[in-house]
Amino acid sequence: MTKPKVVVAMSGGVDSSVAAALLQQQGYEVIGMMLRLWSEPGRAASNRCCTPASMSVARRVAGQLGIPFYAINAQESFREVVVQSFLDGYASGGTPNPCLACNREIRWEYLLNRALALGADYMATGHYVRLTRNPGEPVRLFEAIDTHKDQSYVLHVLNQAKLQHALFPLGELTKPEVRAIAAELKLPAATSKESMDLCFLGGQDYRDFLHRHQPQLAQPGAIVGVNGEALGEHSGLAHYTIGQRKGLGIPAARPLYVIAKDTARNQLIVGFEEDLGGSQLLTEPMQWVSGAAPAQPFDAEVKIRYSARKVAARVTPLADGRSAIRFAQPLRDITPGQAAVIYVDGEVLGGGLISAAAVVEDRKLNRPAPESITLLDMH
Amino acid sequence: MNAPMRRYLDHAATTPLDPRVWQAMQPYFEAEFGNPSSVHGYGQRAEAAVEHARGRLAAALGCQPEELLFTSGGTESDNLALRGAALAARRQRGANRLLVSPVEHPAVARTAEQLASEFGFELTLLPVDEYGQVHPHDVARLLTPDTALVSVILANNEVGTINSIAEIAAICRERCVPLHSDAVQAPAYLPLNVDDLGIDLLSLGAHKLYGPKGTGVLYVRAGTPLRATQTGGSHESGLRAGTHNVPYIVGMAEAFEIAQAEISQSINRLIDWRDNIITTILEQIPDSRLTGHPTNRLANHASFVFKGVDGNALLMLLDDAGFACSSGSACKTGDPQPSEVLLAMGITPEWAEGSLRITLGKHSSADDVDALLAALPALVERARKLERIHR
Repeated sequence: MTKPKVVVAMSGGVDSSVAAALLQQQGYEVIGMMLRLWSEPGRAASNRCCTPASMSVARRVAGQLGIPFYAINAQESFREVVVQSFLDGYASGGTPNPCLACNREIRWEYLLNRALALGADYMATGHYVRLTRNPGEPVRLFEAIDTHKDQSYVLHVLNQAKLQHALFPLGELTKPEVRAIAAELKLPAATSKESMDLCFLGGQDYRDFLHRHQPQLAQPGAIVGVNGEALGEHSGLAHYTIGQRKGLGIPAARPLYVIAKDTARNQLIVGFEEDLGGSQLLTEPMQWVSGAAPAQPFDAEVKIRYSARKVAARVTPLADGRSAIRFAQPLRDITPGQAAVIYVDGEVLGGGLISAAAVVEDRKLNRPAPESITLLDMH
Repeated sequence: MNAPMRRYLDHAATTPLDPRVWQAMQPYFEAEFGNPSSVHGYGQRAEAAVEHARGRLAAALGCQPEELLFTSGGTESDNLALRGAALAARRQRGANRLLVSPVEHPAVARTAEQLASEFGFELTLLPVDEYGQVHPHDVARLLTPDTALVSVILANNEVGTINSIAEIAAICRERCVPLHSDAVQAPAYLPLNVDDLGIDLLSLGAHKLYGPKGTGVLYVRAGTPLRATQTGGSHESGLRAGTHNVPYIVGMAEAFEIAQAEISQSINRLIDWRDNIITTILEQIPDSRLTGHPTNRLANHASFVFKGVDGNALLMLLDDAGFACSSGSACKTGDPQPSEVLLAMGITPEWAEGSLRITLGKHSSADDVDALLAALPALVERARKLERIHR
């Protein structure tokens, strides 16, 4: 009998190392692969995902488990797809999340293709997320048992073609349990502390990175109030994010917050706390995990950032593939470019990027019902 | 288990230790562990072993024992030859130029670059033809009185091409400029007599010829100026400090003697298989090219480029199918930089990224060759599809 073959995307970190060890214990033929992603010239050593040091740890783990290990170069593709969409996202006024593009296009496309070319039945990662498989039904995606570590937000990008090959051996475990397994197996682990920073920034401020790669984004413009009154000057829209309070440089009796960005006029719109937030948003075309959009509006919980809490909302799938989402309570940090991910009872139904237009629209139209959102000029 | 049979086809990277070599080495780990520099009997016996090895190597190379310096391998020999000879030539006659081929092993190429960037030498690269061969008339044309050293690889590690070292040496001799050659890939397939080659400096390592890793030798023709680059004790006439690696030196002498004695046997066994690999691959795989010279190449060495293939992906597919091959230069970091050797030969990056090197050895069999030739076309095709999906 031949064993099912699984490629584990390794990073040298404790999670993917334990994932590899567990799958081996479960009787899979395990092969390790590690992506080499793009770094700015001279900054490879501080890349969060794939430093030479973390690769040597991953090699040690593979050696200890006695599994083959291959470094997969994806630098060019990562630069073209992930970094470029990051730059484009800022250029269009959003706050992009490059991990979404990386999981969709690099880890679960470029790497998955290489795994399948090796004859693998599955690819696994150390992500904290759960799947269920029933014959004849779509694979279903659920939050991890360990809600602190849950990574289902970024993995909503996986479609059925990818999910049918996906294994997530850590979804039923907590981080302390994973650490305990690593300790018990004496698996070496990279010492770099966990970080939410983007891997290719290598610890630097994203604004410095934008300056070097997209200098035209540092285009100063006006800071205006919600009624259009000029209040000051901004240094470039990409330097600000929705809900930001610090660094505006405008004297005011009460704290001012970034409410919205008007890319057409290169204006940064600020207001008081009560001006911040909205109760609805419109997405870009949705990715539904099952492959089909729900036919009717439904009640769900929605997460609008990786680290946000899920909040109650009503989701209305639109005919053009997008969805309108209305929250039970207004949210203060709906940020274009981030994803809105939809959950029902811990299951990820799908997600889509928050559209830039709708958020501004929302404020100008005095918060109409989601069904009535139309894309007018941003005035 | 569904693991395929493992076939090692990467003898240019390294070779397994010959059991005869291992046997020769064994006494010097435990029983005769002495330091050759010591005065006592332990030291004397170790010194005798080192000097005996030096004598055997000298006899095989046709040189005097005192013309051989023991090093830690081919890379160190290259470093010592270039840095040591360049600095000595500058000191002795104000020579300030290095004339080096563009298809050198990194041990030579990076050393020459450092001599240029850190020590102010002027680095001139020799032209090569499409096979990676240096033509003697180009050496004659570019050789200047202020050239400190010429360095041309004897048999290329990536493409297998053999250079006309004797002709190049004659020109250098006439102009009184020393010639260095990296011969690390050669000893199992080419007779190496330093006078026939006319060489002044020759780098060798043991592990490409069924000897141990981590030991090598540099031949320095008597009278060739050389400065020490690793300083310390007075070992090796003060030119290479460091306690002798006695068992490895003994092993290297044994391995070198065996390799040189078995050359014609090795060539006879491998050359038809090599040519069969070349013919079949070029015939059966579309958009494939041989790299290096079709005939004037190492008898165990077949190397190719495939258009539109990621060489590392192909190596991974081959490894998974049980074939241990190389892209030509041993780099497993997944960095796709096309080989500068191939680029210097005029191969475009689109082709150069898809390089494959198959190097046979003592334990290769007709079955290995047949199995490889049966599997490779489909694997190249699979690697090509991967590229298309992505780009």
